[in-house]
Amino acid sequence: MSLFEKAAVSGIGETEYVRGSGKSPIVMQMEASLKACADAGISPKDIDGVIPYGGAVVAEDFITNFGIQDLRFSATTPMGGASPVASVQCAVAMVAAGICKHVLIPLGRDGWSGARIGSRVQQMPQFKLIGEFEMPLGAIAPAQLYAPMARRHMELYGTTSRQLGSIAVSTRQHAILHGNATMTKPITIEDHQNSRMISDPLRLLDCSLESDGGAAVIISSAERARDLRQRPVYIMGVAEGHPDSPSTITQRPDLTRLGVAKAAPRAFAMAGVTHADIDVAEIYDCFTYIVMCQLEDLGFCKKGEGGAFVENGALGLGGRLPVNTHGGLLSQAHMAGINHVVELTRQLRGEGGKTQVADAEIGLVTGYGDMGDGSVAIMRRG
Amino acid sequence: MDDSSYTKLVPTPTPTSQPHWDGLNQHQYLLQKCIDCGRIRHYPRPVCDACFSMRYEWVAASGRGKLHSWTVTYHPFHPGWKEDLPYMLATVDLEEGVRMNARLRGVEQSDLKIGLPVRIDYETVKDGLTLPVLVADK
Repeated sequence: MSLFEKAAVSGIGETEYVRGSGKSPIVMQMEASLKACADAGISPKDIDGVIPYGGAVVAEDFITNFGIQDLRFSATTPMGGASPVASVQCAVAMVAAGICKHVLIPLGRDGWSGARIGSRVQQMPQFKLIGEFEMPLGAIAPAQLYAPMARRHMELYGTTSRQLGSIAVSTRQHAILHGNATMTKPITIEDHQNSRMISDPLRLLDCSLESDGGAAVIISSAERARDLRQRPVYIMGVAEGHPDSPSTITQRPDLTRLGVAKAAPRAFAMAGVTHADIDVAEIYDCFTYIVMCQLEDLGFCKKGEGGAFVENGALGLGGRLPVNTHGGLLSQAHMAGINHVVELTRQLRGEGGKTQVADAEIGLVTGYGDMGDGSVAIMRRG
Repeated sequence: MDDSSYTKLVPTPTPTSQPHWDGLNQHQYLLQKCIDCGRIRHYPRPVCDACFSMRYEWVAASGRGKLHSWTVTYHPFHPGWKEDLPYMLATVDLEEGVRMNARLRGVEQSDLKIGLPVRIDYETVKDGLTLPVLVADK
């Protein structure tokens, strides 16, 4: 059984994205989830599946707060920033199998107010080998662990820091236009080049934000979604992929190949579309380099040609492939990529506001996390 | 050596990995070698991914390798490393076919390139803890 168009995004919700919300993750998740239910036109009690991100807020919280009488499914997809899109795959499978009617995917965090993401890595079980063999040697934070991937790409293919800067600049332009983004000051390539070095070759403006906020997505069966309030956004293809040596980048045979390289052919085959059909893409952007590398691994260009693909504003509105029309993790907020799913849905409904890609019919969204796990979904407007 | 003066992160060895850390204290970089198929693996783990054997022995790496990639860190991600900034971290292909990650010392940034020959040296940083460090193999 293929999952092709068995399900649709039926509801989306987001809080305001800020640095310092004064709210706890559970409050922000409830707020976003209630908005998503209202958007879909369903009662929160109608949710019968929930896929929490993991951490402090669990399925039981939604049963209790929403008075859900018969929750039929809950699971987590522990893949860091690849989780939201991998959760979409899981949710689509659940509604396609007839187990659930409406599956909620909530995410909310106090990434700015609470413990820094970098420091949290040390406590995660999937990183026990990094914790034992790399952190004591000084390789502690994601920026340091990912930088050798970018450096290797630069040495092998001549990729430049300015090319990565082009991603930061177009992403910021989108954030400024979007209306719900934390970073709203324009930046130039020179600003990027002058931003301080964090872990060479990654500069400050290559790095994503730490943010407070919440967002939620509801996945419903395609049949049910047609009867709900919003125009459905159908999920045509969806897949996850795990890189070789998933937890320790150091031991990965090819440092420049991510898990999404394995997932992309499956998602495109399921969707029955080609790269030329993609009108807009929301690409997980914890670092600029990760955007470029995923575009290669997704097949938008060959390995090694990502630098030329992204330069000169090619990912901006009106460029060859508009990417991260909400400002992404780099400039909107770090919501672990659930905001990318929300934004693609908005684009395919034609509700993209000032960053709407004209006549966007088919779009793609990725997740990336936990040192290289990948997930990808291809969707179309209903 | 005053242990309280060491403020960097320290490893928590497991029963599987303990021999590797014991080896470092003897200035040896020990790797697991599958007794059944001979495959060498790293970091330490229970199962050979080539033949699924759980029988292995420890063999000492030659200590020689080549630079695979690197980063130079400028941001203080942890207070224990603040005085060391900026510092170089190298990912190295060991002759045995596995990789390691460690501080690289004594190399100018302008000399960094893929394939640069390096070798493992050892630094005892506190009582009972020796860490590998990489230096140019001239």
